[in-house]
Amino acid sequence: MQKIKTFPKGGVHPPEHKLSAGRPIEVLPPGGRVVVPVVQHIGAPAEPVVQRGDEVKVGQLLAKSSGYVSANVHSPVSGKVFRIDKRFDASGYKRTSVIIDVEGDDWLPEIDRSETLVREITAAREEILARIQEAGIVGMGGATFPSHVKLNVPRGKKAELLIINGVECEPYLTADHRLMLERGEELLVGTRILMKALGVDRAVIGIENNKPDAIEHLSRLTAAEEGITVQPLKVKYPQGGEKQLIKAVTGREVPSGGLPIDVGVVVHNVGTTVAAYEAVQKNKPLIERVVTVTGKSLAKPSNFLVRIGTPISALVDAAGGLPDDTGKVVLGGPMMGKAVARLDIPVTKGISGVLLIPDAEAHRRPYQACIRCARCVSVCPMGLEPYLLMDLGVHERFERARDERVMDCIECGSCSYICPADRPLLDYIRLDKLRVGEMIRKAKQAVK
Amino acid sequence: MDKLLTVSMSPHVHHRDTTSRLMYGVVIALLPAWAASVWFFGWGALYIPLLSVFFAVLFEYLIARFLLKREPSVRDGSAVVTGLLLAFTLPVNIPVWILAIGVFVAIGVGKMSFGGLGTNPFNPALVGRVFLFISFPVQMTSWPLPKGFATADAVTGATPLGLLKEGMRQGEHVADMMKELPANLDMFMGHMPGSMGEVAAAALLLGFLYLLWKRIITWHIPVTIFVTVFLFSGLLWLIDPVNNATPWFHLLSGGLMLGAIFMATDYVTSPMTHRGMIWYGVGIGLLTVIIRRWGAYPEGVQFAILIMNAFVPLINLYVKPKRFGEVKKNG
Ligand code: SF4
Ligand code: SF4
Repeated sequence: MQKIKTFPKGGVHPPEHKLSAGRPIEVLPPGGRVVVPVVQHIGAPAEPVVQRGDEVKVGQLLAKSSGYVSANVHSPVSGKVFRIDKRFDASGYKRTSVIIDVEGDDWLPEIDRSETLVREITAAREEILARIQEAGIVGMGGATFPSHVKLNVPRGKKAELLIINGVECEPYLTADHRLMLERGEELLVGTRILMKALGVDRAVIGIENNKPDAIEHLSRLTAAEEGITVQPLKVKYPQGGEKQLIKAVTGREVPSGGLPIDVGVVVHNVGTTVAAYEAVQKNKPLIERVVTVTGKSLAKPSNFLVRIGTPISALVDAAGGLPDDTGKVVLGGPMMGKAVARLDIPVTKGISGVLLIPDAEAHRRPYQACIRCARCVSVCPMGLEPYLLMDLGVHERFERARDERVMDCIECGSCSYICPADRPLLDYIRLDKLRVGEMIRKAKQAVK
Repeated sequence: MDKLLTVSMSPHVHHRDTTSRLMYGVVIALLPAWAASVWFFGWGALYIPLLSVFFAVLFEYLIARFLLKREPSVRDGSAVVTGLLLAFTLPVNIPVWILAIGVFVAIGVGKMSFGGLGTNPFNPALVGRVFLFISFPVQMTSWPLPKGFATADAVTGATPLGLLKEGMRQGEHVADMMKELPANLDMFMGHMPGSMGEVAAAALLLGFLYLLWKRIITWHIPVTIFVTVFLFSGLLWLIDPVNNATPWFHLLSGGLMLGAIFMATDYVTSPMTHRGMIWYGVGIGLLTVIIRRWGAYPEGVQFAILIMNAFVPLINLYVKPKRFGEVKKNG
């Protein structure tokens, strides 16, 4: 048995509640009307290339990436474009979206829909990068950063190690867990593809040891694989954060303000890696993903393979319907997910879960005076002092907040989670970051 | 589907600990010491702390309601802890009116005058205790001998530390006096005169284990104090065993256990980082021994803690947690 690793500083262990861990991925067939936003990634919005009334097929380009840091959007369904209009997405704002009335399930002929595993990687490095960019793949763990950018190592830097993020440290979520169990072989070919793209000969799959079946399964599969190993990790949130994961696996610290590549590492999520497999070996763009639908009162917590653009209400219905006591709907996990006010918003590339929180647990308790218990300081994985950063936010002392390194905050929420006085630490830290960000931008402009 | 959904920013879950849970955790951790003191000192040790808690809650409520004119937050349990801790530093035969004054100073001056929980620089219980100590030196230094329920009339005497200081003043050799002072085991089990809460080191250590188990405090402050006191007093003793008490004596006597475990660890008045806590603990340890050895008072812990309380803002300013990904500035 391998040594179990973890990151040393900070972290919390919220109750796991992985209710849907034992439920195999179910395919949810497309139907009705889908809403496909043209921004589902970090970066410039894609530009629509279809028009109202167009007939589209599954996999057809709907919106073209408009820059290097941007991503293509493909049609997840076949049917007719109803209109291109603004619709609410998970951000709470209306975004330009391609709205399609689903008719049948007619795929582009060049996409290989067979279930045969294609092991041999014939594509050269450039081809791989081009395919991944073309397929509109973005970080599917929630960060939604365009994957081709991360795979393109900047000049002067060198990648040594690829880490596949199978940590899934957020409570409730099980989508990556199921992917590792059910699509392990594809995951490994995907890993090989990413290794080839990066020019590295070593990859580590990091998995927390609350998923012993996934660790065992992938360890068996990788036994014969040269250069790919599985690293069991102690359960600790936020281990899925890139910086914490790299620290846990390699002991290296990404410098403040730097990127993983600065320490020779690139991290990709399990879902992203499977998507890379499909893009390169099967010619299939990113048009569907696995979403965990879960909650304590939900009849049937599930993992669904759904098309992008499906309203989350359809997922909730398929999981037994919205429980009467629902007070909050969160997209993603309970620590970093986004609460949304409505259920007609669509699944996008970065949504890993739909969590229904009962009303009794949906509200924050009123906050009290800081008792200076230092818990927020001990749990902060970035070595910050959240109580101080909140204080500086309250008093609008943003320069001091900058000097106390507020920009290092990864918004993991551990501080707010642990505070016995229920202080909204992260809310104020976000405010700090907003203001300090503006300050930094202004200073840069002044220099120019 | 016209449900009104709550929208708030992440995180959407919260740890179950609240301020009051932590405070009542401290109260639970004090129970063994409380029980021990009832065993040693009789019923007075039961009702004096209860009265002290009652006064503390009452004063905090009244001050918040009528002077500060805001919603009193006595349910957070912090006044209960202050009341208990103050009582534990007092002799069991303390007159009730003196107790009331002490609690009033602790809550009114030590805590509420700064703005209430979270804002006071000094440990309120110790502020109350030191005030009484200076104002009522006679009542505060006649320590009943622990006899339990057996004897009706309280016999009073000086604490081991008091005896030591007195002897030193009269030019006796510490080494000779050590023979007359209570043995280490007796002190560990509480067979010595002293305040209600300080006499049974064993019971206090039990409370310490509970606090660690429930993660209410971390080991840093108490352990650093113990180690520092032991090493420093041990060094003095090795250099000059004739004029210094043994390190065991220092560890077990006076309010060291009570102070290190329950007072130095007060959240509000201790540092915010583990490294800061270690500095703070070292400071308290050194000052305790220095005051006991060379100071005017027999007991040093209370002053040591108060002095180090004053340094906490400075420690917080300069001792920062180890930042993740600190960029090394090398030329
Ligand atoms: S966890 Fe809350 S109460 Fe404790 S120091 Fe931080 S902000 Fe203050
Ligand atoms: S300050 Fe930021 S990084 Fe630190 S615990 Fe809070 S949210 Fe996480």
